[in-house]
Amino acid sequence: MTTLSIDHVSRWFGNVVAVNDITMTIGPGVTGLLGPNGAGKSTLINMMGGFLAPSTGTVTLDGQPVWRNEKIYQHIGIVPEREAMYDFLTGREFVVANAELHGLGDKAAQRALATVEMEYAQDRKIATYSKGMRQRVKMASALVHDPSLLLLDEPFNGMDPRQRMQLMDLLRKMGDEGRTVLFSSHILEEVEQLARHIEVVVAGRHAASGDFRKIRRLMTDRPHRYLVRSSDDRALAAALIADPSTAGIEVDTAEGALRIQAVDFGRFTALLPKVARDHGIRLLTVSPSDESLESVFSYLVAA
Amino acid sequence: MYDPTVARLTYRALLGRRRALILGALPLLLIVIAVAVRALTGADDQTASDVLGGFALATMVPIIGVIAGTGAIGPEIDDGSVVYLLSKPLKRPTIIFTKLIVAIAVTMVFSAVPTLIAGLILNGNGQQIAVAYTVAALVSSIAYSALFLLLGTVSRHAVVFGLVYALVWEALFGSLVPGARTLSVQQWSLAVAHKVSGGDLVTSDVGLTTATVLLVAVTVLATWYAGQKLRALKLAGEE
Repeated sequence: MTTLSIDHVSRWFGNVVAVNDITMTIGPGVTGLLGPNGAGKSTLINMMGGFLAPSTGTVTLDGQPVWRNEKIYQHIGIVPEREAMYDFLTGREFVVANAELHGLGDKAAQRALATVEMEYAQDRKIATYSKGMRQRVKMASALVHDPSLLLLDEPFNGMDPRQRMQLMDLLRKMGDEGRTVLFSSHILEEVEQLARHIEVVVAGRHAASGDFRKIRRLMTDRPHRYLVRSSDDRALAAALIADPSTAGIEVDTAEGALRIQAVDFGRFTALLPKVARDHGIRLLTVSPSDESLESVFSYLVAA
Repeated sequence: MYDPTVARLTYRALLGRRRALILGALPLLLIVIAVAVRALTGADDQTASDVLGGFALATMVPIIGVIAGTGAIGPEIDDGSVVYLLSKPLKRPTIIFTKLIVAIAVTMVFSAVPTLIAGLILNGNGQQIAVAYTVAALVSSIAYSALFLLLGTVSRHAVVFGLVYALVWEALFGSLVPGARTLSVQQWSLAVAHKVSGGDLVTSDVGLTTATVLLVAVTVLATWYAGQKLRALKLAGEE
């Protein structure tokens, strides 16, 4: 059982506060660290991985400090966000080197390569790898020493759906085996698919913590605003307002569009096309007007 | 203190195709110059000393030191791949020490060996000139490697600063301003070379004792400090 404890951690760079008094405990299983870009996720992960000293507060792994403690890496595997990884080596050479740096040999490297299913390309230079292959070799390098804590910074960035699914399966397996797995992401759906437990960071602050379903509900039950253009706006408005998923509709004559406020996101998105079809109305534009992640998060923070 | 895996990664990064070409260009130039000078002027001790002192020791060795010293760690810190070394149960000073050994070895091979060959071509080691300058190149390889490895650890512009130091301080001030010579790796190594040659063709502004103390002090302090800097190295995030 490995527990990572972040205790009243702040980190500032000059006058900028990147992480503001965050306290959280990450236990076994998969935890998602969710937040918009620039929220302080990478800063937090860097402090968790011992690559950055907290300005105040402490980060400990089972009671051991993480900062300036090289021995702690016997228990931590890290998958950094950055791409660079000794491109002049082959995948196998890279993972073997990582194993050796842990005092292990070829066997551990080969096992890790098998875990991420990269044996087929292990003798190719890393420079020739796709983004997904790089990510898997990075994973292998983080797994060679069988760590009890795995930290991944934006692991799904730039991966195609199939690669994403493979990596998700792998992380899920790691979590089920009792490892403590923490990954960061700015994409809600990604986190939802993988993590039971999520930690939300917004603007350097710890905004929410707990079961994803509850937090997801908080996020989705807020009023969603849509801008809709159709072949008959008024008829569509009349049909939609009859359903409880819609809280209000404004006919914006200047824009020639409807501004719809929906309260039940899931139901509304199913309702809209159905209503349009039933009434023979053509939908020309359907665009969420406040769907930026920032607005989702700021709603969450306000809640 | 020495980790063979770190060494292997560093060698392969340093001797990658492009950098190896740059590392090989100057020694090649030195040997071409030596052959040309020998063909044009015949064997002459003074000329041999001028070429080895003026080009090999004052220009080639520091530049190779910059490339090998900063190149042993700078690019890894810049692109973030050093994280794969730092996230291991490996003492940070071990990483620095290993990289220092590699930088020294590479600098020695690419500077001292061609210096010896050029010296032999120029005057067949008459008055021990070839050996004296080779010893100077070996000695300065150590100090330059340590200095530039530190520079590569603390600065993102290590190559620029290193070249400014090598070319402006060592080559220009070192030859023109008397005070600057006392604080010049080149002069320290010349003091050692002077002792080896025994003659007056190889001279230094610095006494052997001072030179030795300063060489050792600079190497040890730079290496120690680089280890400390690496311990506190912050890997900048993407944010």
